[in-house]
Amino acid sequence: MSVNTGGVQGRGQFLPWLLLLPLAAYLLVFFIVPLVDVAIMSVTEPKLSLDNYTKVLTGSLYRKVFINTFATAGLVAICCLLVGYPLAYLMAHSSDRTALLILLLVTMSFWTSFLVRTYAWMVLLGNQGPVIWFMELIGVQDPPHLLFTRFSSTLAMVHILAPYMIMNIYTVMKKIDPALIKSAESLGAKGFSVFRHVYLPLTAPGIANGLVLVFVICLGFYVTPVLLGSPREQMIAGLIGHQIEEFLAFGLGSAMAMVLLAITMVILAIYHRRFGLDRLWG
Amino acid sequence: MSSYLNLSGVNKMFGDFQALDDVNLDIERGEFVTFLGPSGSGKTTTLMIIAGFEQATKGHITIDGKPLDGLKPYQRNIGIVFQNYALFPHKTAVENVYFPLQMRGVGRRDGLEKANRMLELVGLKGFSERHPKELSGGQQQRVALARALVFEPSLLLLDEPLGALDKNLREQMQIEIKRIQKRLGVTTIFVTHDQTEAMSMSDRIVVFDKGRIEQVADPLELYHRPNTRFVAGFVGESNIMAGHVVDAAAGLAECAVFGSCRYPADDRFSNGQAVNILIRPEHLKISRKAPESGEWATMTVDTIVNYGDNALVIGHSGDHPVRVRVLGADVVIIKEGEDCHISWRPEAVHIIAGT
Repeated sequence: MSVNTGGVQGRGQFLPWLLLLPLAAYLLVFFIVPLVDVAIMSVTEPKLSLDNYTKVLTGSLYRKVFINTFATAGLVAICCLLVGYPLAYLMAHSSDRTALLILLLVTMSFWTSFLVRTYAWMVLLGNQGPVIWFMELIGVQDPPHLLFTRFSSTLAMVHILAPYMIMNIYTVMKKIDPALIKSAESLGAKGFSVFRHVYLPLTAPGIANGLVLVFVICLGFYVTPVLLGSPREQMIAGLIGHQIEEFLAFGLGSAMAMVLLAITMVILAIYHRRFGLDRLWG
Repeated sequence: MSSYLNLSGVNKMFGDFQALDDVNLDIERGEFVTFLGPSGSGKTTTLMIIAGFEQATKGHITIDGKPLDGLKPYQRNIGIVFQNYALFPHKTAVENVYFPLQMRGVGRRDGLEKANRMLELVGLKGFSERHPKELSGGQQQRVALARALVFEPSLLLLDEPLGALDKNLREQMQIEIKRIQKRLGVTTIFVTHDQTEAMSMSDRIVVFDKGRIEQVADPLELYHRPNTRFVAGFVGESNIMAGHVVDAAAGLAECAVFGSCRYPADDRFSNGQAVNILIRPEHLKISRKAPESGEWATMTVDTIVNYGDNALVIGHSGDHPVRVRVLGADVVIIKEGEDCHISWRPEAVHIIAGT
């Protein structure tokens, strides 16, 4: 009897793992192995020591780049929230057709190639671009440089990452029971009070999800800050690329990558503690 | 003029659909009134118009002589308990109850104290710090009730609040809501499609059908003397037979099923007028032998549904289905498939105008 049930149970437990096998094999070969390789390089290149980490964690240049990376990621996340929240609200509270239209517009940038979007910003913000042209037209003397500044890279990253924020907040907003808003009104809450005491707290999980997701993705952004940003305000991914491509400093680059990975994991762990990571993907 | 809540000539159109058709109603201060009707009958629409969530296409509403026209929901000072309670999931029980006080500028200390006292009144002492999802359905219901009452509303509206509860809990909450309502003396409108709920709780019942008020009456009046065929059919079980008045002065009608029926004479009817004849199932008496006097008819028993304390005997007389309610102990005298006699007293016959 017990042998019998054991057999059935055994097969039942085995099958799901079998289905995971292709993905597991893929991740092992193309993700885990290279990652371990990077980890090993960070302590063996050019010789076996922790020198790379000492440099990364104490060098003032690296600290500046790390701080700049976090500041930029934070700024992008907050900008995404400011842009995304009203848009998500509009989507959640308009007719199905309008909502679909906005969704289409929001995700349209999603379907265009990453590079194309980045180059599009270069064209738009460039010295011969329409923005500068318009500024001159309305009489701005000596229009400022827009390209290759923190402004241009932040703007482009917000554009690229805003959909993540919008989708996260939108799904939460869609789930709010309209009766809650009605009941708040019947209990004496006017428009803004309803928002402050009921609507905003109920959408807070979506806001937290969106902020963490955008922040974490932004930490590792490479192409956009490199192509659009100011060379004086490098982000960590750009610096890693720089180290490896130009100085062939594989060890130092790897150490920086590992530190970035560790910081990202810590942020996600804190988030998981507080909200549960499974909520991050809606 | 003296009524507390007054609805006069209230109409509501949703596009081409007339959801409410000339609703007129007066409710006294402190009354417990139930809006009863099938779904889509207009009872909830009326409630939402009183609450301010819907605007009447035509007509006026006043509370205590003051018109509600143009007032937003938050200006009306009306407490509402929604179908699924609509408690704020991010607030604890006591914070939920404090919310309407907070919106009225009551300070946190006084407000929380008052909220706690209200929770105690609804029987939730010791549950203040729980979040809604940590409370049972019945407890959430009580929190919602406390929240709708704590700010001393001029009117309490309950929108099918017991629908989600199981039968035992529902009966318990019926008693509980009545107790609290009596104690606070708040004028209350209760919306339901459950006629037993309406019967057991209300001072008066307003029956809605197709956007119109069919009848306004106290529960017993409504049960024994329904105005329309719809009310007779919707409230309680009934035997309704088409017939006509033979002699209005003497109180005599005739129908195909039961032959001639005497009824309490009523000068609203005239000779030859087409009417519906109503006899409630518990007013029919079953016997094997034909009664020696009085009015009676024959019936063939099809099914007996036993409820223990009583039984429902379903049969037919001619082509017409007949339902008889008998005491559980009496059910032994008949069996399914048998023929028997049914008799009734003239006082039990109620005549309804129309066909």
